[in-house]
Amino acid sequence: MAAEVSSVRTVPQGRRFAYPWRGAVGNTVFFGLCLIAGIVVLLTLLAVIAQLVVESRPSIEAFGIGFLTRSVWDPVAEEFGALPFIYGTLVSSLLALLLAVPLSIGAAVFLVEIARGWVRSVLSFLIEALAAVPSVVYGVWGIFVLVPWLLEHVSMPLAETWGEAIPLVAPPATGPSMLSAAVILAIMVTPIITSVARDVLLAIPRAQREAALALGSTRWEAIRTVIGTARWGIFGAIILGLGRALGETMAVTMVIGNDPSIHTSLLQPAYTLASVIANEFTEATTPLYVSALIEIGLVLLLTTLVVNIVARLLVWSIARRYSQQ
Amino acid sequence: MIERRLQPSPWVEYRRRIVNALGHGVVALATVVVLFPLIAVIWYTLREGIPGLTWDFFTQLPKPVGEVGGGMANAIVGSGIVVGLASLVAIPLGILAGIFISEYASARLAAAIRFVTEVMLGLPSILLGIFAYAVVVKPIGHFSAYAGAAALAIVMLPIVIKTTEEILRLVPRHIREAGLALGIPQWVVVLRIILRAASRGIVTGILLAVARAAGETAPLLFTALNNRFWHTTLDQPIATLPVQIFTYAVAPYEDWHRQAWAGALVLIGLVLVLSIVLRLVVSRTHFEHEQ
Repeated sequence: MAAEVSSVRTVPQGRRFAYPWRGAVGNTVFFGLCLIAGIVVLLTLLAVIAQLVVESRPSIEAFGIGFLTRSVWDPVAEEFGALPFIYGTLVSSLLALLLAVPLSIGAAVFLVEIARGWVRSVLSFLIEALAAVPSVVYGVWGIFVLVPWLLEHVSMPLAETWGEAIPLVAPPATGPSMLSAAVILAIMVTPIITSVARDVLLAIPRAQREAALALGSTRWEAIRTVIGTARWGIFGAIILGLGRALGETMAVTMVIGNDPSIHTSLLQPAYTLASVIANEFTEATTPLYVSALIEIGLVLLLTTLVVNIVARLLVWSIARRYSQQ
Repeated sequence: MIERRLQPSPWVEYRRRIVNALGHGVVALATVVVLFPLIAVIWYTLREGIPGLTWDFFTQLPKPVGEVGGGMANAIVGSGIVVGLASLVAIPLGILAGIFISEYASARLAAAIRFVTEVMLGLPSILLGIFAYAVVVKPIGHFSAYAGAAALAIVMLPIVIKTTEEILRLVPRHIREAGLALGIPQWVVVLRIILRAASRGIVTGILLAVARAAGETAPLLFTALNNRFWHTTLDQPIATLPVQIFTYAVAPYEDWHRQAWAGALVLIGLVLVLSIVLRLVVSRTHFEHEQ
């Protein structure tokens, strides 16, 4: 107590009266620094977008809008089209969501509605840890553990039994494939969807659960009404996971097989927007090749921008509606 | 009719109870399945990585293709340098921008910067690599540690801003008012009182950003590139741990795979230790989160 009083009385007051300019000049300088930092952040995003647009000019001029629908990728003849990569990115991401969404929402519900005390905090910690594992580590694990396992226990049996009837699992099954990429992506987006869905569920007022229980609902029925209220926020969490899956690079590059042609079968190799950039950027020798890769980056940028903005707005709208409670 | 509705058959009641129990079981199972890959990844990385963690791994340069042995010493140091350079830019800039949002900006401008920060968090990091390539590598004419650091700085920036800003918002208003009422200039109030109150949270943000940057591979592939030797200046390509792991994992040599696993173990260990430290730091500041 005594120490607090003395520090309050001596230091600031003394300074204020001894150096009246310090406050004004210091305030202005510090405000200026903060303002510059804030503006730099805004400009960084604009600069990233602008730079990608500028650098893809040669490719846009050479191929026009047809770039998006052409499926030829021939660096030697300098003929480029993005369709195989767009296809690979969309299919692997959507397949990943198909696997990840039910599991993530289940886990989020368990964390918020059922787990209590230390169980809840330990599980939350583990899910954060899952999100923190670097992409390249998932890639190493994917190449040496997941891919061989999937080939032996999933892809081969599927291709043998259903391959004739269903084109989606037609043989020959290969180790690195669309399926492997989807599974590794599912593992990587699960923690994102789970933690955002958890936050959304936590934002729903307690009163809603209590009201349902008071009317004689079972706990499960009460949970279902809560999920109903939170549905748009949960949808936002899923879209956020989609954004992450679309842009995920290293792990996918290491397990998808990197083949720039479109196979109907999910058990065969594919290629994504992000992984073609990762693989070929340093090999690109001609300006047009580099520009085509950067235009692929631009496609990826615009897609993820739209996806992320939509997701943020959905999650925020839920948070805002209930933040007053 | 009405009586029947009011008193449903006991089977309805049983069914509701069974669904209730099943629902609980399904979500518990989902949680287990979600966490299973974490255990599998840690288990295999430990099993395959520990044999590779030799003294040479930490002290030797990579051997040329075909020769067994060597290590990742230059990549480990290189990662430290590139992440350090990126931190020098991203941490002060991020903290200042966080202060700007929470202390100075109008509501609309604050919302705009917050929004941009969220969008930047969602950008695929490989695009930041392209940006750094176009802005740093292309004008200079060659790959460099600077270019890698520039890309990583943009990866780190939104993380630092977001955590700084969120923690500053939790500092109670009366602390600011008390400082100002004593006649202390606002910038001194911010630097000496508010930042100090929020220091744990800000450290959390910095550690999060460093952990994230240390594991990033994609933005370094064509900015920092790679280097088999010790770098001598920051103006040339530099080896980093994640890029080295990637290079070794996709190459067809048994010995390189062993080293890739060892590298993965070092990375995952670093990240998990940081996460645990963060957890402890955050749980100690828990009083600030409660209303």
